[in-house]
Amino acid sequence: MTFNIILSGVGGQGILTLASIIDIAALNDNLFVKQSEVHGMSQRGGAVQCHIRIADKQIYSDIIPEGETDLILSAEPMELLRHIPSLKKKGWIITDSSTFENIVNYPDRHELYKQIKTHWHHMIINAKSCAKDLGNSKICNMVLLGAASSKLPIREEKIEAAINYYFREKSDKVRQKNIEAFRLGQKKAKDFTEFVY
Amino acid sequence: MKNLVLGNEALAQGAIDAGISGVYAYPGTPSTEITEYIQNSKIAKELGLHATWSVNEKTAMEAALGMSYCGKRALTVMKHVGLNVASDVFMNMAVSGINGGLVVVVADDPSMHSSQNEQDSRFYGKFAKVPILEPSNQQEAYNMMHYAFDLSEELQLPVLLRLVTRLSHSKSGVVFKERRCQNGIQLPVNTDRFALIPSNAKKQYKKLVGKRELLLQASEKSSWNKLGQHKDRSLGIVACGIGYNYVMENLADDLEFFSLLKISQYPIPKKKLKKLYKESDEVLVVEEGYPLVEEILNDYFDDTRKITGKLTGHLPETGELTPNLVAKAIGLYRKEPKPVSDLVVARPPQLCEGCGHIDLFKVIQEVIPSIGQKKVFGDIGCYALGALAPMNTINTLIDMGASITMAKGAADAGLDNAIAIIGDSTFTHSGMTGLLEAVNENSPITVVISDNSAVAMTGAQESLATGRLKEICLGLGVPADHLKQIVPLKKNFKLNVEILKKEINHKGVSVIISERPCVRLTRESKEQIKQKLASLN
Repeated sequence: MTFNIILSGVGGQGILTLASIIDIAALNDNLFVKQSEVHGMSQRGGAVQCHIRIADKQIYSDIIPEGETDLILSAEPMELLRHIPSLKKKGWIITDSSTFENIVNYPDRHELYKQIKTHWHHMIINAKSCAKDLGNSKICNMVLLGAASSKLPIREEKIEAAINYYFREKSDKVRQKNIEAFRLGQKKAKDFTEFVY
Repeated sequence: MKNLVLGNEALAQGAIDAGISGVYAYPGTPSTEITEYIQNSKIAKELGLHATWSVNEKTAMEAALGMSYCGKRALTVMKHVGLNVASDVFMNMAVSGINGGLVVVVADDPSMHSSQNEQDSRFYGKFAKVPILEPSNQQEAYNMMHYAFDLSEELQLPVLLRLVTRLSHSKSGVVFKERRCQNGIQLPVNTDRFALIPSNAKKQYKKLVGKRELLLQASEKSSWNKLGQHKDRSLGIVACGIGYNYVMENLADDLEFFSLLKISQYPIPKKKLKKLYKESDEVLVVEEGYPLVEEILNDYFDDTRKITGKLTGHLPETGELTPNLVAKAIGLYRKEPKPVSDLVVARPPQLCEGCGHIDLFKVIQEVIPSIGQKKVFGDIGCYALGALAPMNTINTLIDMGASITMAKGAADAGLDNAIAIIGDSTFTHSGMTGLLEAVNENSPITVVISDNSAVAMTGAQESLATGRLKEICLGLGVPADHLKQIVPLKKNFKLNVEILKKEINHKGVSVIISERPCVRLTRESKEQIKQKLASLN
């Protein structure tokens, strides 16, 4: 088994935090992990991507071969579309519906959603508004992670444990909020039928 | 227990566990996290390892050599273009040799994710005639540090350890070993070899050349260089460093059909290569960076027909390798990727919201119509983004410090009103010397130092210039009445434009220090800056 994930978004959206939690969870579930990430200049408001490879045997390449991605999890809908060519035929795409429009030529949102919905295995979650409802817009990543959790080859309790571990130096309240966001994401994914915008 | 770490972090932990006494570095993507890891490491603190940033790569490497001179193990770290800055001491310490183990880690950036060129540091290692190590994964990066220091002490030579972005910035589970104790102080038996006056240097250089055979033997017997030969002799593959991963990604399941030589230590193991070459109908060389091994192979064997790689176009000569590119070179079929949706547009990096550089650029933009276009000389740092829309302000970006010296050269050529823009850290890295030249000739240039109290582009590390810029400039001879300090804020726009216009019209050197802290500074580092400023006053 090799499971390939692309995380995408814009610099500053916390993609690396999300990646670290998935890595920790996978490693603690006795799986092999390789995760290639973007550092430096491109982080600032630019497109950011992160490749995660999880397997039950040794993994060689740090980057996912083209067309072999099982899941694209995106904090931003246009950034999701950027990586579609790398998706497997029956791969999953999951994205936050909130757009990050820091460029003048940002495409029409409805066109974006329309294209995303042409993919059989898609899920569009309004993670940002979920996070706001929970009182902390920073935790939309955990909502997304919750939404994606059932697709990952990692036991869900291992992911919760990884969230707790990652935020181990923060307050109980912060940890609790992140877990809450994760569970809300799980629920949203179960309820997801059709995205209405 | 496996530890989840970046390639850079694996290497840093490896260095701590190999018993280093210090690390010397200047931040630069993709190498920065190595030093940061050691700075943040509890155990490194307990051990009292030296781990503060250096002013540039040359001073870093020289300090590492000083530590090695005392018999202790020292690490020096930089990105590939940083090795150009340190190349003077690098070439010479190969001649002097080292005392305590000295490892030079250089992170190359093929594909130029965050750099201005793609140079391959293995050429520098070959140039200096020192051993080169090139890990292919995180565990190797860790293990190799122990080996590198042992090898360095055994051969009495610095060892170059080459990384590439894709390994520096990729995480994996790594198993750590027991830590070795630091060396005690033990000065060299013969200090003449460190005094490279011609009479000593000639002896030393002969010694260095005389070590060739030793280096070759070390490489030949090195367990990092593995040759696996199989019955099917149609294709033999030479895979270097991270190239090995891409080969294995494609062939791990069918390895019995191929002969494969993995190279992770140089000089290249000649005997193993010959064996592979003789017994294969064709040889494919997979290496990240320049076609170094491929060129050597072509020279060894006067029959280039059966050697393929970058020079023959089987692999691209620019950019990073990928599993797909390597699959194609091996002759495996991979589907061509589908095109990206037309809806997707580029999202380039941008200056952070509230960044002081933005307000500074607006001031410069305002004066451009009066001085004429194409006269703004830029430098390396976040403000390099001023070359792109919506700023479109700076016109050059070559290397650290070039803004001031290029503006001076342009002024020498007769260009009026040249402006040089440089960051605070870049200024101390390589700008000060150029400013002295400009001062000596009172060149009609205006140097704008955009001081944000940080090495911001690489993640807001400490800038050694903080609180010292004015004194440095005065010390270099900048006239006090043409040394101005401004604060780039919207409310100061008019005043700042006025000051800049006035200084541009001055027919001699002017320096404007534009001061506003980086928005990415943490509360902790702001506090440190405050303390530093207080101690300076």
